[in-house]
Amino acid sequence: MCLAIPGRVTEIYENDGLKMGKVDFGGISREVCLEYLDAIEEDNYVIVHVGFAINVLDEEEALYTLNLLRELVEIEGELEPEQ
Amino acid sequence: MKYLDEYRDGALVRKVVDEIRDEISAPWTLMEICGGQTHSIVRSGLDRLLPTQLTLVHGPGCPVCVTPLETIDRSLAIASRPEVIFTSYGDMIRVPGSSTDLFSVRASGGDVRVVYSPLDALQLARENPDREVVFFAIGFETTAPPNAMSVLQASRLGVGNYSVLVSHACVPPAMRAILGWPGNLVQAFLAAGHVCTVMGYWEYPPIAEEFSVPIVVTGFEPLDLARGISAAVRQLEEGRAQAENAYPRAVTFEGNRPAQALISQVFETCDRKWRGIGEIPESGLRLREEYADFDAEKKFDVGSLTTEESSVCIAGEILQGRKKPADCPVFGETCTPEHPLGATMVSSEGACAAYYRYGRDS
Repeated sequence: MCLAIPGRVTEIYENDGLKMGKVDFGGISREVCLEYLDAIEEDNYVIVHVGFAINVLDEEEALYTLNLLRELVEIEGELEPEQ
Repeated sequence: MKYLDEYRDGALVRKVVDEIRDEISAPWTLMEICGGQTHSIVRSGLDRLLPTQLTLVHGPGCPVCVTPLETIDRSLAIASRPEVIFTSYGDMIRVPGSSTDLFSVRASGGDVRVVYSPLDALQLARENPDREVVFFAIGFETTAPPNAMSVLQASRLGVGNYSVLVSHACVPPAMRAILGWPGNLVQAFLAAGHVCTVMGYWEYPPIAEEFSVPIVVTGFEPLDLARGISAAVRQLEEGRAQAENAYPRAVTFEGNRPAQALISQVFETCDRKWRGIGEIPESGLRLREEYADFDAEKKFDVGSLTTEESSVCIAGEILQGRKKPADCPVFGETCTPEHPLGATMVSSEGACAAYYRYGRDS
């Protein structure tokens, strides 16, 4: 139920007094309400739940964690004794 | 998809699970709050990869599951009325009430429609001014701002033929209730990531301290879940009990303040019944008095309808971690996802339904 997925904001506009936008989910574009995000710009990644962006995704955090883990896995691979 | 697929990388997940295996020295019991996390754990097979000292208890974080039977009966009563277009998230359509479900109401002529967003329901109301459009507003704190926004927008635009049947639940009071149960087995929580995306995790340090229980904000992909479990195990092994964030790409300590303000503007806290658990004080949300015109329960006078639950269902004990789905005599027999007898079999996010679907029947 609380499923939410990340997508990239491609367009921001207003509709009936609400801040709306188009968000691209891996090639599929949907209209999303951006009303309760304080600062939002095109090309930001947002986390979308039932047609509403619930937060801006912190890309720096996302990449930092992934790179740290990838390095660990690589180092381990290099340390394994050759057969 | 970017920022999604990377967190399903099997090599990285195994690396984190290896770390958990190296670190764990005692049996620990963790509860993942959210049904979406339960589903992801069982679907990805993470439960079978983890060390056997670790027990995962599946929490009550599935709003479809914990929606009381009487609320579903109220939805059916409203949806059966000829003037009503009844709209709902797809999850609720097949959930049985005491005698039928929304799907069957539609089959017998009721106008029941699935919508993706509450704003779609509001749009339907504007396009059909001669009909009453009702939206089944269920969910936790993640879904409360969108549902609140539809009511606020209806009020601003003067859409008088729109109303909501509210069944909102809040997570922190449920965590307190679980920790306060006699003989509670839960030693650490994986907090629900998207609830925290909206609410932050400022509510959790007092709970962690009061009950000496680590609370780790956790995401939904297998790698997120492995990292959340790893952080919880580390705290338990080191004798710490803190609120910690293992989902920092989506969650900040403060959360989304404008969304929190929107919830408080439209809703107020109330006591509520959780299917399978019972009543938890101040664990629900209802519309504030100034939005009473948008309250479907009042508009269609269904508030007094009450219903009894099945007596054989052990959902309460499953949610408390005392029993597993396979311990239930009717699991997979008279209780199936098509004919659920209780909360945990109702939605695919319920523990019994996830076990049934992915063959964890022994």
